[in-house]
Amino acid sequence: MSVAVASSAVGPGNHAGFYEDEVIRKFVVATMFWGVVGFLVGTYIAFELAYPVLNLDLPWTTFGRLRPVHTSAVIFAFGGNALLGTSFYVVQRTCRAPLFGGAALGNFVFWGYQAFIVLAASGYVLGITQSKEYAEPEWYTDLWLTIVWVAYLVCFVGTVMRRREPHIYVANWFYLAFIITIAMLHIVNNLAVPVSFFGTKSYIVWSGVQDAMTQWWYGHNAVGFFLTSGFLGIMYYFIPKQAERPVYSYRLSIVHFWTLIFIYIWAGPHHLHYTALPDWTQTLGMVFSIVLWMPSWGGMINGVMTLSGAWDKLRTDPILRFLVVSVAFYGMSTFEGPMMSIKAVNSLSHYTDWTIGHVHSGALGWVAMISFGAVYFLVPRLWNRQRLYSLRLVTYHFWISTIGIVLYITAMWISGIMQGLMWRAYDSLGFLQYSFIETVEAMHPYYVIRALGGLFFLIGSLVMVYNLVRTVRGDLRREAAFERPRAAVAPNAAE
Amino acid sequence: MKHELFERNVIILSVAVLITVAIGGLVQLVPLFTMEQTIEQVEGVRPYSPLELAGRNIYVREGCYLCHSQMIRTFRDEDERYGHYSLAAESMYDHPFQWGSKRTGPDLARVGGKYSNDWHALHLQDPRAVVPESVMPPYAHLATTELKFGDVAQHMQTLRTVGVPYTDADIAEAKSDLKAQAVGDGDTAALLERYPKAVVGDFDGDPSRVTEMDAVIAYLQMLGTLVDFSQYKAEPSFR
Amino acid sequence: MDLQAIWETLASLWVVWLIVLFAGIVFWAYRPKNKKRFEEDARIPFQDDEGER
Repeated sequence: MSVAVASSAVGPGNHAGFYEDEVIRKFVVATMFWGVVGFLVGTYIAFELAYPVLNLDLPWTTFGRLRPVHTSAVIFAFGGNALLGTSFYVVQRTCRAPLFGGAALGNFVFWGYQAFIVLAASGYVLGITQSKEYAEPEWYTDLWLTIVWVAYLVCFVGTVMRRREPHIYVANWFYLAFIITIAMLHIVNNLAVPVSFFGTKSYIVWSGVQDAMTQWWYGHNAVGFFLTSGFLGIMYYFIPKQAERPVYSYRLSIVHFWTLIFIYIWAGPHHLHYTALPDWTQTLGMVFSIVLWMPSWGGMINGVMTLSGAWDKLRTDPILRFLVVSVAFYGMSTFEGPMMSIKAVNSLSHYTDWTIGHVHSGALGWVAMISFGAVYFLVPRLWNRQRLYSLRLVTYHFWISTIGIVLYITAMWISGIMQGLMWRAYDSLGFLQYSFIETVEAMHPYYVIRALGGLFFLIGSLVMVYNLVRTVRGDLRREAAFERPRAAVAPNAAE
Repeated sequence: MKHELFERNVIILSVAVLITVAIGGLVQLVPLFTMEQTIEQVEGVRPYSPLELAGRNIYVREGCYLCHSQMIRTFRDEDERYGHYSLAAESMYDHPFQWGSKRTGPDLARVGGKYSNDWHALHLQDPRAVVPESVMPPYAHLATTELKFGDVAQHMQTLRTVGVPYTDADIAEAKSDLKAQAVGDGDTAALLERYPKAVVGDFDGDPSRVTEMDAVIAYLQMLGTLVDFSQYKAEPSFR
Repeated sequence: MDLQAIWETLASLWVVWLIVLFAGIVFWAYRPKNKKRFEEDARIPFQDDEGER
């Protein structure tokens, strides 16, 4: 199944067999598989909140056990496979060098990472968890991931070291920051002592306030370096490629890189405003979170403005539309984030669905959509197909998922702000106006709308899977507007 | 300084990235371990009794923290709804912390003593039988699953290695303390000596065996009860 | 002034150091001399000799 490692005598010009692409094909398949799983579980638990009977009265299907399955499936399985796969693609192309370690190391990283996902998810269902959000896997799974991650780092850095290009392209910087920082966060946050060598249970070495700070230092930077830095690597390669023009400002990308990675790491304490965390830490976290708005928008501008002078492509190229709209969503959620980190705003938003909505505007709008765009870009190239089976279906996918996102985040804005206000409402006699359960009751219609939004997003991903399967089979759908090869689409071609 | 160094040598670039991302963490994390005012000096906070610890592990296992916080913020409405704001000292023996990040259900930092054992047992088995509008999953299986506590001493030993001050006697008596707390017979005086304010009793209404339900309720019933807030005065310099 | 005192003085000026560092990066990135080079670097994704399909 695997392609033999090409000898270095073969130049990139004769690229078949030069780049290690078989493992990238596997990553692309895994991305879509775990994506559908993650969206499905997410939709299911969203319906559980609206209709608790769906918990089925079984230990394995309760919201508490399935929620980590959802978050890990979308972040680490869907997002992780997208990152690993695209990074292998980008690093080989921008360095004009085959993957270091070849098929063997590449496959170890692939199968090792899938084993990590299966170990983690099966553990959650059985109740094996450290209870640290987005770091739930127990010690043995954490150790295994560490091994796989080191192999990944070796693979990536080794490829960069054998490059034929003197300069390391900026997308690789972002991937590198992602790999290194995630390693640091993973190790520090998961330091634990197992109860026994043959048991699953361990106790984390940190406690109380220190554990809280370590956890959200990790948690926020899982967002910053897994879900942002890595995906910015995708942005800096795939948007220029699909738009067929270099990034708007390469110089801005350098400033973007250093400021983003420096500032992001400080933002964690905004998850702990008004808690027992010392005030100085909270304030520091707030200040850096607000400053973070600037590099985030610098990057957004750089991505979107790459289309400057070629805006018509947004109308004619649905793949580019996925990529660029994802960056717009990135801009939106990186404005919302700093706003929510302001203590006065956070006092209302914290503990409510507003936070959940914010996360999903980033996760669905930015992370998922840019991954979809990259996968649509990759599949015809990796499987040597003339083009996708249907660009019309890509357009449908785009609109179905956009509707899903809008339903989701507006429902969560309303329910979050409403619940926050109800918790602090006083009646004319000076008593709390609402009991807690009244605020739960008020959430019901919004939980239904949110679940429907998730359902739309799931359906969109199934449309994508169908389209990709037909593409891989080599089918081409006859579509008038998109009949010509991609490069030849006239600017005024109507959809 | 030549930026070429960074952009042309991946090892130097990697080291520069690592330094850049390490600074923030060092500044925010290290002082929390060294500054004495991070955790207040208060009376009453103690390690969990063996039964409470077992209950806490079930609370972790079931992912309760995903919908229930255990961290009351410094607001008037939270004070009135849940009680005195949470102190850092109250979670100083929590490995891991359970502050949570979402209140789909109410905060539980001070739920101890607010409801009867019977209420908790009924509510955990069928939340909507007690609170019709609740969206909480049912946990009937807790009442039918016997608590496995053969290795509870080993758990306490592990916690001691990460800094929880269990004494040798605490660990030696772990199993008998656990049974004494769950059934109410045996040497409860010694238990209460070791773990003041521990709630003793047959929590699930079935004295014939120790179930997971017993452990969870014992844990819930002690939450937030250890510090006597009629005696507590916030240090003015703190927060 | 011993080393400890010098270190503490320098450490207390951390905002200044950060601004200097930031200005340095911006200066380097936006220096007119480097303009052409960066424009070439930005074209790296198009140089993998992979024919458009």
